[in-house]
This record gives sequence, C-alpha cells and structure tokens, in this order.
Amino acid sequence: MSAQALTLAAGASDHRPLIITLFSVFVAVTLGITVWAGRRTKDATDFYAGGRSFTGLQNGLAISGDYMSAASFLGIAGSIALAGYDGFLYSIGFLVAWLVALLLVAEPLRNSGRFTMADMLAYRLRQRPVRTAAGTSTIVVSIFYLLAQMVGAGALVSLLLGVHGDGPKRLIVALVGVVMVLYVTIGGMKGTTWVQIVKAVLLILGTLLITILVMDKFHWNPSSLLGAAADRSGKGSAFLEPGLKYGVDTTSKINFISLALALVFGTAGLPHVLVRFYTVPTAKVARKSVNWAIGIIGAFYLMTLALGFGAAALVGHDAIVASDKAGNTAAPLLAENVGGGAGTTGGAILLAVISAVAFATILAVVAGLTLASSASFAHDLWANVIRRGKVTEKNEVATAKIAAVVIGAVAIVLGMYATKLNAAALVALAFAVAASANLPTILFSLYWKRFTTAGAVWSIYGGLVSSVVLVIFSPVVSGADDALFSGSDFHWFPLTNPGIVSIPLAFALGWLGTMLSREQPDAAKYQELEVRALTGAGAH
Amino acid sequence: MEPPVTPGRQPDPAVYSEVESSEEFRELRRSYRMFAFPVAVAFLAWYLLYVLLSSFADGLMSTKAVGHLNVAFFLGIAQFVTTFLIAWWYARFAGARLDPRAERLKAVVENGGRPAAVPGPAAAPTTATDATPEETV
Repeated sequence: MSAQALTLAAGASDHRPLIITLFSVFVAVTLGITVWAGRRTKDATDFYAGGRSFTGLQNGLAISGDYMSAASFLGIAGSIALAGYDGFLYSIGFLVAWLVALLLVAEPLRNSGRFTMADMLAYRLRQRPVRTAAGTSTIVVSIFYLLAQMVGAGALVSLLLGVHGDGPKRLIVALVGVVMVLYVTIGGMKGTTWVQIVKAVLLILGTLLITILVMDKFHWNPSSLLGAAADRSGKGSAFLEPGLKYGVDTTSKINFISLALALVFGTAGLPHVLVRFYTVPTAKVARKSVNWAIGIIGAFYLMTLALGFGAAALVGHDAIVASDKAGNTAAPLLAENVGGGAGTTGGAILLAVISAVAFATILAVVAGLTLASSASFAHDLWANVIRRGKVTEKNEVATAKIAAVVIGAVAIVLGMYATKLNAAALVALAFAVAASANLPTILFSLYWKRFTTAGAVWSIYGGLVSSVVLVIFSPVVSGADDALFSGSDFHWFPLTNPGIVSIPLAFALGWLGTMLSREQPDAAKYQELEVRALTGAGAH
Repeated sequence: MEPPVTPGRQPDPAVYSEVESSEEFRELRRSYRMFAFPVAVAFLAWYLLYVLLSSFADGLMSTKAVGHLNVAFFLGIAQFVTTFLIAWWYARFAGARLDPRAERLKAVVENGGRPAAVPGPAAAPTTATDATPEETV
C-alpha cells in the first residue's frame, strides 16, 4: 500500500532535475516578460493598472490566474480525493461568488475608481478616514492570503522535491519572495498581468491533459469513475454524498455554512481581484473579463472533479494519505499514475510538469497580492492620507515599489517561521475578512444614498476586528490538534470560520454607524457617483 | 479639499446632478437595478438552498439518479450551469438594454450637459440614433 507513496518520496530525487529545470524555465521566461513590460511602464496608470490596455480575454485569464491559487489547485483536488463530494461542495462557493462581482461590483468600480478599492469608497465619503480604513483592511487581507501561499509553497516544495528540514524550506520561501518582488517592482501591473496569463494558460493545459487521461481510463463515463473512486475510498457510496468532511456534527455543518458565506461574499471584496478591473479600458470590457473568468474558473473546477475522483480511484486513499495527510499531493501523484506509473518516463515527465505548474501558480498569486497591497499602501495611505495628496506621481510609484519590497520581506520572514499554520484555514480567513471588512462598505457606498463616512468606518473596522478576534479565539489558533498553539486552549468561539457572525455584523454596523452619525451625506457627490458608475462618464 | 483626482476631461459637477435627475438616467438606473438586484437575491438564495440541502437533507441528496450519479452530484452541476447562464444572460441584457443608454448619457455629460446631437436628455432612446458617442479609451 505505501509502496506508491514511497515512490514519490524516493522518486522525488530522480524527478528533481526535471522539476527544477521546468521551473527555472518558467521563472526565466516570466522574468523576461517582466523586464519587457517594465520598459513599457512609464506612469502611475501603467504601474498600477497596466495602462488599462488589456482585452477582456487577457484580463479574464489574468483574473483566473490570480484566483486559482495553489490552495484551489492542489487543495481542492486533494479534498475531493480524500473527502469525496465535500471537496466539490467547497469549490462551488468559489465559482458562484463571481456573480456578486459581475452583477454588483465590477462595472461600477471600474467606472468610478482609479487604482485601488478605496478610490471608489472615498468618492462620496471623507477621504482620510475611509482611505485609512480601506487601506488597512486591504493590507490585512493580502497578508493573510500571502502567508497562506508562502506556507503552502514551503510545504509543497518539501513534498514534491523530496527535501526535508527547515533549511531548504526556508530557502525556497525566500526564493519565491525574491522573485515575486522582482515581478512587482520591475514589471508593475503590466508584468504581473502577463505572468498571470502565462500561469493561467499553463494551469488550464496541465489540468486538461490530466483530465483527458483520467477520463479516457474510464471510457469517458463519469459514473464508472465515481464508482471506482467510491470503491477504492473505503467509504463506499458515502464518498459520493455530502457529509464526510462538513457533516460530522451540527457544529461542522454550521461551520460549513459560515465558510460558504465567506466564500460567496468574500471574492468581490478581495483587493487583488478588485484591482484587476482597472486594467481594462471600459466597464464593458470589465464585464467581458469577468465573464471569461467565470467560464475559465468554472471549467477548471469541473476538471478538479476528474482530478480528485481520479486520484481516489487510481492512486487510492492510503497512498495519498501516506504522501501527505491533507491530500495536497493527490494531483501530482495522479499525474505520475496516468503518465504510466512510478518509474516510467511518462510518469516522471507528467509529475514534473504538474509540480512545476503548481510552483508557477504560487509565484503568480503572491505577485498579484504584493502588487495590490503595495499599491494600496502607496496610493491610499501614503499619497492621500499621510501626504494629503501633495505628492508627485513618480514619488507615489517609488513608494509603491519600496512597499512591495517591505511587504515581500515581511511575507518571507512570516512564511519561514509560520510553517505550522494551516494554509487552507488562512485562505478561508482571508475570504472572511474580505467579506466582512470590504464588501458591505462597497455595496452600501454604491447603492445606499444615505450612507456616511461613519458607517463606512464602523463597518470596515468592525468587520476586520470581529473576524480576526473570532479567529484568534477559535479552534484554528488553540484547543484543537491541528491548531497553531495545539498545546494550549483559550478558544471560546466554536467555529473555524467567523463569516456567519462577522459578515452580518459588518452590514449591521454600516447601517448603525450611518443612522447614529449626525453627518449629512453629500447628496451631490452621490449623484455624481451614480452617474459615473452607471455611464462611465469621467472614468479614468 | 478634494484629492488630486483626474487631470482634464472632468465635467462641471453640476452636470452630474442635472443628468442624474433626467428621465433617461432614471430609466437606465431602474432597468439595471430591476435586473441586477432580483437576480443577485435569487442566485444567493439558490446557492444557500444548495448549501443547506447538502448539510441537512442527507436522504434526498444521496438518492441515486443515474448509475453512481446521485441527486447531490446533479445539484452541484446545476450550480455551475446556473452560474454560466446568469453570466451569459446578464451580458446579453447589458449589451442590449444598458450599454446604448449609458453611452448616450456619457456623451451628454462629456458634452457639458448639452444633449449630444439630440433634443434633450429625456429624449426617447430610439430618437437618439444619430448620437454617436465615441468610445474614449
């Protein structure tokens, strides 16, 4: 049973040269693109928004690239391979969430903002308090997400390359951090967008190839694939039904509902997703790019079904768990299997390709996050709050580059020492914070005439603080076997995801803050925002 | 007091308020909201229903439909299908009902509030055929 698992560990050293070669090619090509894009980056609009020159398909691919992190590629395939249907259940929230962005957020944001989420929020409210709040929540969300990717990178590399011990892991985290800072500081949004596009195409092609090979083994009959997966999972038909992961008891069911809310409301509040809407010329192209993204991301999650159930059927539960308890190596193991099996050339090549694609995925996602958070620091906190708008464009972009280096350094150090954190929990937390701190204010500010600065500040800080505090006192941090401090127990909040409490709370605080403040909403500014948001008049 | 927003091409703020109270703008806003708000509520409700069924309706969800494919599987696929359909439907609706009006109003705003080649911002959409607002990129 563990023979196959051992092959990955032992065979990893045979595959290592190939994986490293492929990955180096990716890094070299993308750095080349970055330098090329950097030469074409002249002003702030180029640096923050890629000159607003991307097409709907290009930006749709880049959005997909930003969104399909290693957590969704390896994590969802692994969850399906181990928990069956519940892994699929998890992926659906990630897709449906895009309708919130499409219907309510993407176009008005494109029309009324300039570089960051706060641009739109600050439009009709008082600049400094709103930008401070929105900039803070942007940076917090990005750091959580960044940390998740960094922790994932370290764990993944040790599994795929067969390196062990803290030294090599930290080296890899540092390398990932340095390359991401280079992408952002040299290439700005143009370079980062092209890296996302290349990565999205590679990820889709890699996933498609494995899907075709898996489906071919089952004569393109989904029923026989599912049957084989259920048989080999050791759980029978329960493997194909909801409940194995999220349906254990009432707490885990409520936990899942909380997670579902965070996913569906969080996507349209993720700063690195929101800034992508500024990279296209008009709101109409922003709409097209979201539609492309929905098609690409949807197709990708459908293919993860074939990957996950294929891994359960072909690799088997025991071999997956023996390689990694969380199932994160299910997809690479499956690639080796459908390529011809361990020890074959085909198997070695496919394993290396999929591993290199996974690294590429991590690199591209962290670059997008670093860019979004450093842009918000420079444009919102530095230029508009600290310097009150008295700053040249050149100085602002230079500040963004320095911020990218600092954020990169913070992410590297945290990533090196926080290896005990659970990557999936961190991503879910980032979505919960985005859903609580960002989305209520975005919606109120666009659609509620009466909304005031006090409402925005209450909602952003209320959503941010409540979601972070609830997590600190949840089983993610203490009182569970896989908690950050598994030795101690100071938890009193039973759920691992705070969304079910913090999202309604943030909406309520936005309303309450508005009703209790004596501030008069700026009616003329709201009229202006409405006309701009719907027509694109005066858009940047 | 205001931040350095954009250089150039910024119309007089009074124009926005004038356009905002025009009949054509109100119609645009109404048709956008009459589409986006109910559809958003509907898909959120449909998604939550699916999440609740997955959590609490074991019997229904585990009913086998075709071979090893059970109701849960088909409902999950249905979430994908409805997401794709709504995205396509909205793009079609917006292209036909929102974009032409939005472009006309944008031209009015950028023309300083004067109707772009048509008599009055409240003109019926069909009479505005000779208004050719340029895509400012």
